[in-house]
Amino acid sequence: MSEPNDSPRGGLDAYIDAAAGLLAIPLDPAWIGAIGSNLAVLRAAAAHVAEFPLPDEAEAAPVYEA
Amino acid sequence: MSGPDTMPDFRPDPATMTAEALAAAFRDGTTTASANVAATLARIARVDGAVNAFTDVLAERAGARAAALDAARVRGEPCGPLAGVPFAVKNLFDIAGLPTRAGSKINRDRAQAARDGALVRRMEAAGAILVGGLNMGEYAYDFTGENVHDGPTRNPHDLGHMSGGSSGGSGGAIGAGLVPIALGSDTNGSIRVPSAFCGCFGLKPTYGRLTRAGSFPFVGSLDHLGPMARSVTDLALSYDAMQGPDPDDPVATTRVAEAVVPGLAEGLGGLRVAVAGGYFARGGDAEAFVAVAKVAQALGATRSVEIPEAARARAAAYLITAAEGAALHLDRLRTRVHDFDPAVRDRLIAGAMIPAPLVERAQRFRRWYRSAVLDLFREVDVILAPAAPCRAPRSGQATFVLDGVTLPVRANVGVFTQPISFIGLPVVAVPVRLDDGLPLGVQVVAAPWREDLALRVAYQLERDGIVRAPVANL
Repeated sequence: MSEPNDSPRGGLDAYIDAAAGLLAIPLDPAWIGAIGSNLAVLRAAAAHVAEFPLPDEAEAAPVYEA
Repeated sequence: MSGPDTMPDFRPDPATMTAEALAAAFRDGTTTASANVAATLARIARVDGAVNAFTDVLAERAGARAAALDAARVRGEPCGPLAGVPFAVKNLFDIAGLPTRAGSKINRDRAQAARDGALVRRMEAAGAILVGGLNMGEYAYDFTGENVHDGPTRNPHDLGHMSGGSSGGSGGAIGAGLVPIALGSDTNGSIRVPSAFCGCFGLKPTYGRLTRAGSFPFVGSLDHLGPMARSVTDLALSYDAMQGPDPDDPVATTRVAEAVVPGLAEGLGGLRVAVAGGYFARGGDAEAFVAVAKVAQALGATRSVEIPEAARARAAAYLITAAEGAALHLDRLRTRVHDFDPAVRDRLIAGAMIPAPLVERAQRFRRWYRSAVLDLFREVDVILAPAAPCRAPRSGQATFVLDGVTLPVRANVGVFTQPISFIGLPVVAVPVRLDDGLPLGVQVVAAPWREDLALRVAYQLERDGIVRAPVANL
């Protein structure tokens, strides 16, 4: 989720490795490519959401009602 | 009144009879519940090897339940509006005596469910008979109907194509004529997509309308349960049977049940119907929009409305899904990571790694979006949109081309459903046949708690022959 760097997935490989340690998820290095692809999609989605201006007062609904 | 032993030659055909017709035949003594169950089990035995909709067939339980109903009818006892009607449920619903597998290998090690899920109990209280559990994508994180543990549910209208997911077994069972009613779940489109691909009707009610107690969750913020069927009346009958508050589900509404069957045939009666433009009018195959236009024309809908920020809503739903789904499964990722479907595992691990502020932002946006979309319902009563961007892709197909862009199938089948379920709007997915090929689906979307309006519109379309759900020729 940091600034992209020069790696194919914009620095996500190192992030995945570190985050897996933090979360105590056993990680097979062979999975990192696919996890990185998914994370890249999520990063793009997060960026799209974050571009929308919301006032500080806009709280998430504590109990969501349709 | 005739008893069950006087009807030995009656052979109800669950492939063509609706739940409404089966229940009527049971009431007037034309059939028995035992005969219905026997015919259903025979058809499952004959057809389901090709479709693979069922993971559990409950022959003994269903037979006992049917015999009890038949005996009750002979005694003249009231048996309920769905008496004698077989139904089945996605295997994330608790079924007493079975571990609730939710499409996974891991959950098969869970303890057997002590009792049925709440909606199963409500269906059976209305007289319906549970005949089995249905295949689904692992932990409902799926739009394809594929499952590495149980095999894919195949599209009953063309076995080389996807059923859609994650309620793929539910769509397959309805399309194949195995049961008249199946229950599914819908977090981002998992009732509406298989309804579209398998050519059936599906109801995703308002978020909180139907209790989720006794079902295995996926994303608490977005999870809904609902029925799928081959007629709108069957959707309405089962929906009415399942409504009502339930303290066992923290988001279940406290509203009293609002029956829809009595008003189903009221007609359009001045309803303001509009077509969703902008985001919902691009990014799919042309025929997906032709299907919407066909429905709109039949309803006399000429107006278009723009659902604001729909793309951003989809992105936010995507984030919340990944993060909440990962949080739910974190312990299993730590201890049994090798037992997941690899495709689900990789998505869940990625979801676990999303920084919390990004997810919180998506939840805050959700509240803004809800308010903006609800404003539209001051001017219209019903909005039409495609249910899927295309007809069912081929089984195993990894990518498709939409509007000239090559995209992964798994991540993009729900492009038109996610922005709607994100804020819990009620939707009826209706099946449209443009030709002899695979069906398409259209979403009939209403304001929160107005399932009645979406069902009324769907009923009118069905009555006028614009939408229909024929049984696959198997």
